[in-house]
Amino acid sequence: MTLLKATNIRKQFGGLTAVNDLSFQLAKNEILGLIGPNGAGKTTVFNCLTGLLPMDAGQVHLENNTITGLRPHQICRLGMARTFQIVRPFLNISVLDNAIVGALMWEKKPAIARQLAQEIIDFVGLGPYSNELAESLPLPLRKRLELAKAMATKPKALLLDEVMAGLTPTEVDELIRLIDEVRHQGVGVLLIEHVMRGVMALSDRVIVINNGTEIAQGNPEDIVNEVCVIEAYLGKEYAGAVC
Amino acid sequence: MKRLYVLLAFILLILLVLPMFLEKYTLGIFIMIFYYAYLGQSWNILTGYTGHISLGHALYIGIGAYTSTYLAITFGLTPWVGMIAGGLVAVAVALFKGFLGFRFGLRGVYFVILTIAFAEITRLIVSHIEALGSFSGIFLDFNPSFWNFQFRGNKPYYYISLGMMVASVGVVRVLELSRIGRFMVAIREDEEAAQAVGVNSFKYSMIALSISAFMTALAGTFYANYIFYLHPNSVFGMGLSIELILRPIIGGMGTALGPIVGSFILTPLSEMSRAYFSKGGMEGLHLVLYGVLAIIVVLFMRKGILTYLAAGLNKIIRFKS
Amino acid sequence: MDISLAIQLMVQGILLGGIYGLIAVGLSLIFGVMGVINFAHGQMMVLGMYISYWILVLVGLDPYLSLVLVAVVTAMLGYVIQATVVNRILDFPEAMQVVPLVSIGLIIENCILFMWGPDHRSPNTALGLESIHFGDVMIDASRLMAFVLAILITGLIFWFLRNNNIGKSMRAAADNRIGALVVGINVDRINNYAFALGAATTGAAGALLIPLIPVSPHLGHDFTLTAFVVVILGGMGNLVGALVGGLILGVAESMSTLWLPPTLKHVVSFSLLVLIMLFKPKGLFGGK
Repeated sequence: MTLLKATNIRKQFGGLTAVNDLSFQLAKNEILGLIGPNGAGKTTVFNCLTGLLPMDAGQVHLENNTITGLRPHQICRLGMARTFQIVRPFLNISVLDNAIVGALMWEKKPAIARQLAQEIIDFVGLGPYSNELAESLPLPLRKRLELAKAMATKPKALLLDEVMAGLTPTEVDELIRLIDEVRHQGVGVLLIEHVMRGVMALSDRVIVINNGTEIAQGNPEDIVNEVCVIEAYLGKEYAGAVC
Repeated sequence: MKRLYVLLAFILLILLVLPMFLEKYTLGIFIMIFYYAYLGQSWNILTGYTGHISLGHALYIGIGAYTSTYLAITFGLTPWVGMIAGGLVAVAVALFKGFLGFRFGLRGVYFVILTIAFAEITRLIVSHIEALGSFSGIFLDFNPSFWNFQFRGNKPYYYISLGMMVASVGVVRVLELSRIGRFMVAIREDEEAAQAVGVNSFKYSMIALSISAFMTALAGTFYANYIFYLHPNSVFGMGLSIELILRPIIGGMGTALGPIVGSFILTPLSEMSRAYFSKGGMEGLHLVLYGVLAIIVVLFMRKGILTYLAAGLNKIIRFKS
Repeated sequence: MDISLAIQLMVQGILLGGIYGLIAVGLSLIFGVMGVINFAHGQMMVLGMYISYWILVLVGLDPYLSLVLVAVVTAMLGYVIQATVVNRILDFPEAMQVVPLVSIGLIIENCILFMWGPDHRSPNTALGLESIHFGDVMIDASRLMAFVLAILITGLIFWFLRNNNIGKSMRAAADNRIGALVVGINVDRINNYAFALGAATTGAAGALLIPLIPVSPHLGHDFTLTAFVVVILGGMGNLVGALVGGLILGVAESMSTLWLPPTLKHVVSFSLLVLIMLFKPKGLFGGK
C-alpha cells in the first residue's frame, strides 16, 4: 500500500508559483530522493506536506488518511515527521530532553518516554551527549539530533531536508548508514538532498524538480543520465557531482 | 540532588520557626517576599516555561481580589471559596485572551501588547463600576476570623503566604517533570519545531496560561484580605505588572527557584527604599535599582542570577530532571 | 446630536491627534530603522515634559520656545541609551527586547518621581487659557499651536529623511540592514541617531503637551500604549501612517466622549488596538 501520496500540489506566493502541479508516491521501506537547484521549491513542498503552509491546490494522503489541510501536530500524530533544513533544536534543554518531547507523543508516561528517547539518541550516536545542552552541540551533531527528534515520534513517513549539508564525507557516510537503517525499520523516507553521493547511495527513486515543476522522475541511474543531458539547464556545478 | 533537597528542607525549617523571633514589621517584609515570589512563580509558568511574555499579569491579581471581595461583601461567601471563584473567573478571561492571542497568531511583542491592553481595559472598566467601588476603591471591613480570611497580627498571613510560595515551587517542579511541562518548554524553545514533533501548541499554551492565571488570582485574594483596600490602579496597574516580573527575571526565568531567589534579593531592597526615602513619592527609588539590575541580568546573565551562581557553585542549587 | 459639538470635538481631536502623530512617528522611526519597539517611549515623552516644565519654572521660558532645547536634551539621552543598552539587544528575539526597554522606562519614570515628586503640576503658559473662535467652534489656542508645531516638526523629519545624508542612510538601514552595511553605511552610528531622533520627537511632544494636560510622572504608560495604538494602526515602520493614525486616533478618542465618559477614552483606543492586531496586523496603511 502506498504510504504517502501527493497529488497535484500547487503553492503560490503572490505571482510566484513555488510548487506547480507536483505529484508523487512513497511506499514503506522506500527512499525517494527529491533533488533540484536552490529555489526549486523543495522545502516548500515539505512545508505543504506537513501542514506548515496551506496549499493552493492538491491533496496529500498518508496511508488511509487525508491529511490535506491538517495542522502540523496533527499530521505528526498520523505518522509523518520532518526535519528542518536549518536545524531547530530545543537549545536550552538537554539532548535527551529534546528527544523526549517527540517520544511523549506516543508514550504519555515521562519515565517510559525517557527510555524510548534514550534508545533513539543512542541509535543516532549521540549517547555520550545525552545530558549536554543541545546548544553545546556543533552542527554535525545537531543534524543528528534533528533526525533523532523526528524519529522519536515513531513516524511512518520521514521527510529529511538537506540533512547532509555542511558535513564532511565521513559524517555523510555515517548519516547514509543511519538513514538506510531507518528505512529497513519500515519507514518511508522522502529525502531532499544536494549531496549527490547521499542521493545515489540511498534513493530507490528520484524526482527532479525545477521552478516548482517536476522535470524528471525515475530510478537514480536513469536520472543521472538525464541530469547530465540537462546540465546546461541546471548549471554545471550541480551536475558536476555525477557527470 | 539529594544535597539540594536537604538544603531546601533546612531553609524551610528556619522559615517555619522564624516567626517566633520576629516582630510584626519584619514579618511583614517576609510576607511580601513570599507574596511576590509566589506571583513571580505564577508568571514564570506562562513566560519562563512556555515562552509567552505577559506584561499584564496584574489583570489576574485584580480579578482574584475583586471577585472574592465582591462575593464576600455581597453574599458573605468565605474568601477561601471566593478565592477559587476568582481563580475560575481568571481562567475564563485567560482562555478568552489566549484564544484571541494564540488563534490569531499574535506572537512576540504583539502578544505582550495584547496582555497590556487587556489589563488596562479591565482596569478602566472596573474603575467605572459602582458595585466594585469605582474610582474610590473598596475598603474591606476588618472582621478577623479564619473563615473571613482575616487575622490579627502577621503570623497567620506569614504562614499562608509561605505555604503558597512553597506550593508554587511544588507545582512548577511537578510540571517540569510532566508531559505538559515538557511540551511547554518545547513551545518556548521553538514553537514550530514543537508542532513538527506532535505538540499541539495551541492547547498547551492555553493550559499554561490557565494554570498561571488561576494561581495569580489566588494571590489577589490574599492581597485583598491582607491590605484591606482595593483600588483598580493598584491591583490592575501596569506598575504592578512590571514589578512582578522583575523578580523572576533577575532570579532566573524558567527555573523553579529563580522567582524565589529573585524575591529574596529584591523585596528587602524595596522595603529599605521605603524606609529611607519615605517622604512623599520618593519610595520609587528601589525601582530604579530594579530596572538597572534587570538590564544587567538580561544583557549579561541571561539565565538569571540563580543559574549564574549555580554554575559557579558546582551545580548544587540546580534542579536536574 | 448637536452638530456644532460634534464638529468641535472632531477639531479638538484632530489637533491633539497631531501630537499623537508626532509621538508615534518617533516610535515608528525607531522600529523602522532598528526593529526595536521602544517600550520606554511614553516615559521619554514625560521626561521631555518635565525638562520643559523645569525650564519654564527656572527661567520663565515658554515651552514653545524651549522646544528645541528639550528636543536636544532628550536626543542626547536617547543617544546614550541606544549606545549603551539598546545596541546590545538588537539581535535579541523581539520579545526579549521588551524587558530592557521596559526597565529603562521604569528607571526614567522613577528618577522623575524622585526629582520632582508625585504631584500633578499645571503651570501657567503664555497661551495657556486662550481660545480662538471659528464660528460656533471654539479651539484652545495652545492646542492649535501644539498642532501646528507638531506638523511642522513631523514635516521637518520627513524632509530630513528624504534630503539629508544621515536621513537617507536611516531609510536605507530601515529598508535593508545588510545592504546598508555593504554600501558602507555605519549602521551603529545610524542606529544611535535614529534612536536619538525618535527620543527627540517624543520629548518635543512632551513640551507641546504642557499647556494641555497636567504634568505627572506616571503618564508614561498611557502614552506608550497610545503610541502603540497609533503605530499599529498606521503600520509599523510607516511614518506617514503614524501621522495619519495619530489624527484618526485623536478624532476617535475625542468623538467617543459623545457617548462615553472621558475617563473611558482609553478603552476605545486600547480596544481598537486589539482589533487591529487581530484583524489587520499590518495596519491600515501597510507596514512590517
